[in-house]
Amino acid sequence: MIQTSNISKKFGKLIALNQINLQCSSGQCIALIGPNGSGKTTLIKSILGLIVPDSGEILFNGKNISNDWKYRSQIGYMPQIGRYPDNMTIGHLLKMMKDIRKHESIELDLELINSFQLNTMLDKRMSNLSGGTRQKVSAALAFLFNSQVLILDEPTAGLDPLASEILKEKIIKEKQKGKLILITSHVLSELDDLVTQIVYMQDGNLIFHNSIEELKLHTSETKLSKAVAKLMTQAQRNE
Amino acid sequence: MNKLIKYVIIDILRNKIVLAYTIILSIISFSVFSLEDNTAKGLLSLLNLILFIVPLVSIIFSTIYCYNSSEFIELLLSQPIQRKQIWLSLFAGLAVSLSLAFLLGVGIPLLCFEPTPTGLMMIIAGCLLSIIFVAIALFASVLTRDKAKGIGFAILLWLYFTLIFDGLILFLLFQFADYPLEKIMIIISGFNPVDLSRIIILLQLDVSALMGYTGAVFKDFFGTNLGFFVALSALVIWVLVPLQLSLYVFKRKDL
Repeated sequence: MIQTSNISKKFGKLIALNQINLQCSSGQCIALIGPNGSGKTTLIKSILGLIVPDSGEILFNGKNISNDWKYRSQIGYMPQIGRYPDNMTIGHLLKMMKDIRKHESIELDLELINSFQLNTMLDKRMSNLSGGTRQKVSAALAFLFNSQVLILDEPTAGLDPLASEILKEKIIKEKQKGKLILITSHVLSELDDLVTQIVYMQDGNLIFHNSIEELKLHTSETKLSKAVAKLMTQAQRNE
Repeated sequence: MNKLIKYVIIDILRNKIVLAYTIILSIISFSVFSLEDNTAKGLLSLLNLILFIVPLVSIIFSTIYCYNSSEFIELLLSQPIQRKQIWLSLFAGLAVSLSLAFLLGVGIPLLCFEPTPTGLMMIIAGCLLSIIFVAIALFASVLTRDKAKGIGFAILLWLYFTLIFDGLILFLLFQFADYPLEKIMIIISGFNPVDLSRIIILLQLDVSALMGYTGAVFKDFFGTNLGFFVALSALVIWVLVPLQLSLYVFKRKDL
């Protein structure tokens, strides 16, 4: 569904992405992991068209995304730090987003709005929200349009245990519907029962991309967090 | 696209600055006209005030607004909307609300006290100036991510157009006083939208005699219908060029 071929991006001297090749197809739940500053968010932002890669191309359903924008109607994106216009209320924001994407005749998915109880604080201003509530709004917006692809950048960071459990269940539910889900996270224990594939990045390089069974076999560990830890030490040793 | 413009305008109007700007403009206009018993004199004082305040407020407000709506732009960019649409909606929203403020603040008093072609001309020039400086502000703010730098650059541009440019011209005129510069002055004046508006309105006021021989040459050129349309198109170009440049940069920007 999403294919990147040889994309590279430099910020000044820093190489954020170095010749990344990645294949994602629907039904997969892919975890993007790696140390801070390894290029995960840059990769996600390139797929969204927020960042224009220096070279290489990204295909969405076989179509090149440069100079295209319609493909984004099939993506629900939850940013790492949701930044919203300060003097808008939650209600305004939801209304505006619905209004902007109204022409897509899809059923709205209000499940997260209800289970996060955002309905009860529709007239709160975005500037007065706590970080966690802001995350809830971001999550609700990402799932709202029933998109075929969900891109979640650190989805559970800042959420309380109850909310992150709700979100996890929602992710599993959407995965079973055959959607493609891309997650970046540091909390590996959380990903255990979610993901089917692991992509490990370091310093802008894609170190490996495997299914979770292969990874566990490869490292002879049963826990994902231990398997990845082993992998990271291996990668450091190889340097 | 229309929806986006609607949301931008709602957002700007919720911001009290534009309202304050409208009120200040109308206080200035009404007081200028009631201070002077000769409306032509009043018009002249108003002209100088407008050429000073309108560009300043338009450029500073738009630059700050652009930086403050970076969250809004980011949010929209991950939605299925063209970058061009987002940028043009931002421009249209700013241009409409600042022109509206000018129309209410200066347009109404002008039509009350001076319902002549000159008054009308001043309204058109003021609106165009507002829009031109919105476009220049968009260009200044797209160039750098740093808010302080962007606003500083905007203020510099305003200083250039209202003060420094005139100083440079005076310098040139004195340096080349022995040469006939009148025709070249017409072209040079096209490089500054503020000067261009001033000339168009001054010629309407029939005080061009005060500007000496250059004024006569100006009158010969800008006084004709052709010259007037050239001047108006020059002002429109002053909107389009910065807008296109900013759009070009914005389309390729990493966010």
